[in-house]
Amino acid sequence: MSLPFYVAPEQQMKDRAEFARKGISRGRSVVVLRYRDGIAFVAENPSHTLHKVSEIYDRIGFAAVGRYNEFENLRIAGIQYADLRGYSYDRRDVTGRGLANQYAQQLGAAFSSGIDKPFEVELSVAELGQTADQDQIFRIGFDGTIFDEPGFTVIGGAAETLHAAIGKSFAADADLGDAVKLASAGFSDGVALEVAVLDRTRTQVRTFRRVGTVELNQLLGNH
Amino acid sequence: MENSGTVELTSSFSHYAARVAPESLPKPTDTGAELAPHGTTIVAAAFTNGVVMAGDRRATMGNIIAQRDIEKVFTADEYTIIGIAGVAGIAIELVRLFQVELQHYEKVEGLPLSLDGKANRLGALVRSNLSQAMAGLAVIPMLAGWDLQRQQGRIFSYDATGGRYEETGFHAIGSGAAFARGSLKKTHRPELGEEEAIAAAIRSLYDAADDDSATGGPDLARKIFPVVMSASHQGVRQLTSDQVAAITTRVLEML
Repeated sequence: MSLPFYVAPEQQMKDRAEFARKGISRGRSVVVLRYRDGIAFVAENPSHTLHKVSEIYDRIGFAAVGRYNEFENLRIAGIQYADLRGYSYDRRDVTGRGLANQYAQQLGAAFSSGIDKPFEVELSVAELGQTADQDQIFRIGFDGTIFDEPGFTVIGGAAETLHAAIGKSFAADADLGDAVKLASAGFSDGVALEVAVLDRTRTQVRTFRRVGTVELNQLLGNH
Repeated sequence: MENSGTVELTSSFSHYAARVAPESLPKPTDTGAELAPHGTTIVAAAFTNGVVMAGDRRATMGNIIAQRDIEKVFTADEYTIIGIAGVAGIAIELVRLFQVELQHYEKVEGLPLSLDGKANRLGALVRSNLSQAMAGLAVIPMLAGWDLQRQQGRIFSYDATGGRYEETGFHAIGSGAAFARGSLKKTHRPELGEEEAIAAAIRSLYDAADDDSATGGPDLARKIFPVVMSASHQGVRQLTSDQVAAITTRVLEML
């Protein structure tokens, strides 16, 4: 039996990080930002059916970039986690923080394990608070690092450039149209947008709502 | 949450829960039938462009009235209503499970189940309670909803083995069902409007309460009226207590 070559842990982590980063940088970006009536998810997505943004629970939304099969699995795992928790305890006991922690654990475990391939995904979990100051947006990196973002976050290939551009004119009390315009300003031209919101003005328990093409065109002012 | 990169790709919440957290699901017990409160009569009636469901508010435990204002009719999702008769504790748990089941499927798959799919799932959930039903802890649901594909209201009834039967026009379940059905037989016509169908349903509950001690009639002193819901292309709406009170008063005046 041949012994495996020794690889220093620093080098191993570096290699794995580079591998994951390369996978993610090829993907298009998603912006998650607060606006006057809630939280908006704005994604560059040429497909109308393979979503990057999804509902997890009554007040929790999910956005992801990277390998579709990986984040689709994570999305379903998140729905299972949330539904089981809400069914076992109460609907109010399902929190965005709890879900973000679960994702961080899972991504972190895969990243540092010597056997699994690290996930080539970056996630964002957002929870709509009862009031605007209780809104929460989390970003979870491929290695399980977790960030609590104050007003908005960007995940995906061009995250840094977009983050800097949006940071200049971000306002948490902008209306939905302005928020979508700001978020998509840095996207490449001509790519279809996927937009969804956690809407505080909704009377239903489930606050997640997809913004359809007609409404989106109205918001963007092209008729 | 699973700790590996793969998730079992099931859209069914109850399958998932049975695998990872079986203790959270209703469990078979073989005693206690006489200790548990029973919910009683539920009626459903179709009208020209929708379907209504109404339930009385009484739960009994032997010859004792266990609760005067229990609710036995619920929204299952945006377009479906579920009413349930039998052992109240298990019934309410079954409703909760069914609600999560429908929502879970919708979130995972990105689109809701068809009305037939919902009706079949409910049959499977009832079947999983069969061993309890044999021990006297039976629950029997009734499902009514707006079928988005067919653009009509439909009613489904069940037996304790999970058998699913589509009903035409109207149906009733629970201890006072025979009397309620007899009443609806005389008052229900397929061309009724929504408000007339609601009145017929309330009238049938009144008739059931007249002859069945386990069914509660309208309680004017305490202002406790049946729970009434209606499903149409606009979705499910529950009538407010005041709206039901107004229709009940009219029905009583016509007697």
